[in-house]
Amino acid sequence: MRIHVDRSRCVGAGQCALTAPALFDQGEEDGLVEVLDAEPDDTQAAAAAMAARVCPSGTITVSR
Amino acid sequence: MTLSEPEATQFPARLPGEPFPPRQYADFRERPGLIRSTLPTGGPVWLVSRYEDVRTVLTDRRISSNPAREGFPNVARTGGVPTQDQIPGWFVGIDPPEHDRFRKALIPEFTVRRIRQWRPLIQETVDRCVDHLLSLGDSADLVAEFALPVPSLVISTMLGVPFVDREFFESRTKTLVSLKTTTEDERGVAVQELLRYIGRLIKVKQKRAGDDLISRLLESAVLSPEELTGVIMLLLIAGHETTANNIALGVVTLLSNPQWIGDDRAVDELLRYHSVADLVALRVAVEDMEIGGQVVRAGEGIIPLIAGANHDLNSFDRPDEFDPGRAARHHVAFGYGVHQCLGQNLVRAEMEIVYRTLFRRVPTLAVDADVTALPFKYDGTLFGLHELPVRW
Repeated sequence: MRIHVDRSRCVGAGQCALTAPALFDQGEEDGLVEVLDAEPDDTQAAAAAMAARVCPSGTITVSR
Repeated sequence: MTLSEPEATQFPARLPGEPFPPRQYADFRERPGLIRSTLPTGGPVWLVSRYEDVRTVLTDRRISSNPAREGFPNVARTGGVPTQDQIPGWFVGIDPPEHDRFRKALIPEFTVRRIRQWRPLIQETVDRCVDHLLSLGDSADLVAEFALPVPSLVISTMLGVPFVDREFFESRTKTLVSLKTTTEDERGVAVQELLRYIGRLIKVKQKRAGDDLISRLLESAVLSPEELTGVIMLLLIAGHETTANNIALGVVTLLSNPQWIGDDRAVDELLRYHSVADLVALRVAVEDMEIGGQVVRAGEGIIPLIAGANHDLNSFDRPDEFDPGRAARHHVAFGYGVHQCLGQNLVRAEMEIVYRTLFRRVPTLAVDADVTALPFKYDGTLFGLHELPVRW
């Protein structure tokens, strides 16, 4: 599984950091998405998928 | 202007004694295409009631939230509260890319981490509001004495409003949302007083910066002082009545479902279940397009029904049941797309702290009325309670 983010789309809602705090954070300076673990193991699959689903701006994509 | 479908459906209304959301929404979701209706203020509009369609409307760049555009659907007269054409910096009504300058300036103030840092101050504020409530004896109106003051006092702390001015601040913001007891003139005066006050506060912070939101935004210099005044006003208005309604409705729902008191998962489910901002996300098509199998023309107004989406059977099992055990984070109670509520993590923190504190410190709290006969806001754009009599 690989997580990709397009920071130019991010609107800083923080839904990813709230939903999957092991995978995502928000930048200290700009509040935009930061990926903590771009290639997590399968135990994180559900959290990654949910983060991608709740992101309001289509910033996150998860591929296998 | 006419819409591209001939038959109009009556604009949905909440009726006293009826459950929320309006019963028609279930029927709307079953019908093909979108629902053509007529606004309470006159003029045609498309209503969108399915979850996936609502998310599409809120993310499609061919759809605008600019109220100055021809065909923009005004659900209600603004009731004395100004709109963005009157205040620079009212960026919920500004489309990208111009919108992004405002949003990006504010994002660092509302991140999950930043809001976590505010929690001790939110806790202190909520405790003071509970002290006030208890000082009133053994009964009170929870809306006026608790639910409205909490968000106003919290945001004034974050903005850096001096302690001595917070009562002024709180009373004027309360005037703005008390549609039943104030006139449009009074609300207009309150807006002007608040704008003048915010303008003065910005001048004070320009001279002497503090550890607060206004000082940091001034330092970043992305927004002009005039824009900043409008932005602060927007933060005040957007976060006040909405949060108060969520607090008050949540107290009623949790008292009816006491097994969920003390469980923070209740917060997102309350947000989904009540969907207080049902008629808040207003849009207009900029180009001809197809939404949910319906042709929509440029210049036609669109209202994505937030409560409709949040009670869609295809996205939530047993949607009309209150069940915090469900995984409901994908609700659209805060909207969706680039305008999704900036303050959502603040609202979550306020609600978590309010329920934990209120039910711990006032364990005998009870609604002092027949719940079905409470004065729900059947008439406004926001769902909520005008009053909530409680005793303890």
